[in-house]
Amino acid sequence: MSAVIETQEHAHHDHHPKGIKRWLFSTNHKDIGTLYLWFSFIMFLIGGSMALVIRAELFMPGLQFVEPNFFNQMTTVHGLIMVFGAVMPAFTGLANWMIPLMIGAPDMALPRMNNWSFWILPFAFIILISSLFMEGGGPNFGWTFYAPLSTTQGPPSTDFFILSMHIMGVSSIMGAINIIVTIINMRAPGMTLMKMPLFVWTWLITAFLLVMVMPVLAGAVTMMLTDRHFGTSFFEAAGGGDPVLFQHIFWFFGHPEVYIMILPSFGIASAIIPTFARKPLFGYASMVYATASIAFLSFIVWAHHMFTVGMPLAGELFFMYATMLIAVPTGVKVFNWIATMWEGSMTFEAPMLFALAFVILFTIGGFSGVMLATATTDFQYHDTYFVVAHFHYVLFPGAIFGTMAAVYYWLPKWTGHMYNEKLAKIHFWLSIIAVNVTFFPMHFSGLAGMPRRIPDYNPIFADFNQWSSIGAFMLGFTQLLFLYIVIQTIRGGKKATSQVWEGADGLEWTVPSPAPHHTFDTPPVVK
Amino acid sequence: MSLKSKVKGLCLLTFAMGVNASVSADTRYNMTEGVTDISKSVFQMHQNALYIVIGIGVVVFGAMFYSIYAHRKSKNPTPAQFHESTTIEIIWTIIPFILLMFLAVPATSTLIKMYDTSDADITIKITGWQWKWHYDYLDEEIEFFSNLSTSQQKIRAKLDGGEALSYQELGENYLLEVDNELVLPINKKIRFLVTAEDVIHSWWVPDFAIKRDAIPGFINEAWTKINEPGTYRGQCTELCGKDHGFMPVVVKAVTEEEYVQWLADKKQEKIEAAEAARLAALQSWDKTKLMTLGQSVYEAKCAMCHGVNGEGGIGNAITGSVVTNGPTDAHIDIVFNGKAGSAMQAFKAQLTSAEIAAVLTYQRNALGNNVGDLIQPADIEKLR
Repeated sequence: MSAVIETQEHAHHDHHPKGIKRWLFSTNHKDIGTLYLWFSFIMFLIGGSMALVIRAELFMPGLQFVEPNFFNQMTTVHGLIMVFGAVMPAFTGLANWMIPLMIGAPDMALPRMNNWSFWILPFAFIILISSLFMEGGGPNFGWTFYAPLSTTQGPPSTDFFILSMHIMGVSSIMGAINIIVTIINMRAPGMTLMKMPLFVWTWLITAFLLVMVMPVLAGAVTMMLTDRHFGTSFFEAAGGGDPVLFQHIFWFFGHPEVYIMILPSFGIASAIIPTFARKPLFGYASMVYATASIAFLSFIVWAHHMFTVGMPLAGELFFMYATMLIAVPTGVKVFNWIATMWEGSMTFEAPMLFALAFVILFTIGGFSGVMLATATTDFQYHDTYFVVAHFHYVLFPGAIFGTMAAVYYWLPKWTGHMYNEKLAKIHFWLSIIAVNVTFFPMHFSGLAGMPRRIPDYNPIFADFNQWSSIGAFMLGFTQLLFLYIVIQTIRGGKKATSQVWEGADGLEWTVPSPAPHHTFDTPPVVK
Repeated sequence: MSLKSKVKGLCLLTFAMGVNASVSADTRYNMTEGVTDISKSVFQMHQNALYIVIGIGVVVFGAMFYSIYAHRKSKNPTPAQFHESTTIEIIWTIIPFILLMFLAVPATSTLIKMYDTSDADITIKITGWQWKWHYDYLDEEIEFFSNLSTSQQKIRAKLDGGEALSYQELGENYLLEVDNELVLPINKKIRFLVTAEDVIHSWWVPDFAIKRDAIPGFINEAWTKINEPGTYRGQCTELCGKDHGFMPVVVKAVTEEEYVQWLADKKQEKIEAAEAARLAALQSWDKTKLMTLGQSVYEAKCAMCHGVNGEGGIGNAITGSVVTNGPTDAHIDIVFNGKAGSAMQAFKAQLTSAEIAAVLTYQRNALGNNVGDLIQPADIEKLR
């Protein structure tokens, strides 16, 4: 009970430690959310610079700047940083900030664990990035680290990679547990499950996915570790193991992981589109069911990443059909968003622009997803740039545009200031042009036959690669404008009202802007 | 690259992919139709899927853009408030389901055909090595390695401080050319047994619509029946380490008569090579001869891991190495049998006795080492 009383006192005085201690010892969901978001943005820039090394090398045929082995380290660490360092922490940061505000809770349920789950992350990434400077180089086996390339042939630094994956996993699991406990236990009176904002719903489902699959990843890297040092042969055929087992385990984690990186974006779009259409979300219940179906299906489709490993025919057919089925609930979501817009009264501020771009470009990524689901044609697409185009379409305009939409949408609530709309629109238009110039040509280079993860290529692929490289540099440098806009907004700007957006609806808009350090000490009543 | 084709590429970027029917024939912009019945049906499925998704795209994005235009605040100041309709939800759950059927049904029948490897006329075992392919004609006792034949000088021109080469200088088949092509007859059912020596590779020939992972310790099956003679090129498509981008697949499809002739030539060649190797092993070689052959073998087989000057890389340094400067037995053993759990391969079967003797001598007396001994082909031959 004393903890509760203490919280109450804090609320009355609204004081907190100053300087570095505020951040280091914070148990406040808003501060920790801010930490997550800044961390993810730094990782986004580091991972992005690695992508630019890749694109510089691929600008024209012939080796230009880097050795093939270093190129492989860049593709690997770019992938790992973007997945585990940029996208996942960004979503966790948004969850930290917004879930308590959206459900009328005073904070996250487990605030000390919240602090810990954030503060182990920087160490994980320091370990991962420092492995690039170790003798033998960093991880060079792709972000999917298939055995036996990563076991028998992994560089000595692979053990550091394994350790950093474990730490990231622990962090994610703790973050997910915190979110589940908060949503289940701390909703304001009257906030029934079916009244929760969609962002809360999608995060609840995402958190369940995380709790279920991150331990599987931990198992995979542990088996790698014992294969490397303790004489086991999980993935070594010569010792009675099976390299394909690794892929099954990895993708049993990996496919739900893909949805972990998109479901919160679905929630964000479902918050933003109704606000700017000034019309309630169409088909709320079906949105919830569709998200749950996607999450369920994500557990039974993993082997579509492995159509070429030589599975039995029955296996190929099962995974093909199951994968195609995902298009149905995903389609429902897209249709619902359009129905929400239909006969609305729309305005197009930056959050809405990013949300609409998210819907369109994510759908294009979904189209190539359906094509990839067909096992027969997948034999031609698999491990080519067509796949690279596909997953970047669902990740960049999906996860990252989703996050940017969320940042523009809630930034006035966080800082108390309106951002510069004109600059934000420039940021949007440059980003959407660059993202397409970068990733659309990859469909063609893939169909023309260019495998992924190669540092050099035949001149027949040169034109498309040049477009991709030009687009990538434009896309990368445009994000510095985003950084500028955010800092400018933190430092000042037009005062934001508590409502912020004309059509906004939900508990987070009932508290002042900027949101005070402690909110909802007395739970609001939801009717 | 002509201006016209650049403009064409740009147009394609601007519009949806593959809408223009003439594009479908151009494999620079679209999947190849290929030269087998299977690859043609795969191509057809790809086109169908493309048309279906473009159709859906036109309808969905059309509705969306119409709404963006017509339902903006300036045109429609009062929003409607509807937010539910079970009927419409059911409709747009069922329609995608039906469209998926159009993809799933033909895919199923083609997939069943792809998996039917029975009654093959010829069986070829394909083994992925870092970073080359090995082909074994199981019924003919013919086997050989297929290495990239593009020179390192070309590939590394810019990286090593020179000027970047033009496309003409790189050549039309840059990185897609090999020393020994896989030669196959047309109109025969050919079964491939695909496996790997070290890590996972993937054998892909787009014109056959075959992509099969080569997995160490396991054998995968695939088959093809080629309709037209020609040279068909592909690449390894599973990340397999440093030179993953440098192990192309080249298949030369010939008529049956040419194939029979090729087999005969290859067998004759094999007999002659064995005889030459036997004779070479009988002779005593002088240092110059050993060093010259040794250098070329070193550069072809060792330099990619151990460095052009023996400085090391993926593999240990040769310069000053304990093995290289130690007893000959241990040195021969590691080259013969490789080193388990590392990328060091067994070269016993890959090289002749003369080549092994020469490369050992070269390693011991060049690259900063000076052991002073010569290893003769006969020394190696007697260990076989």
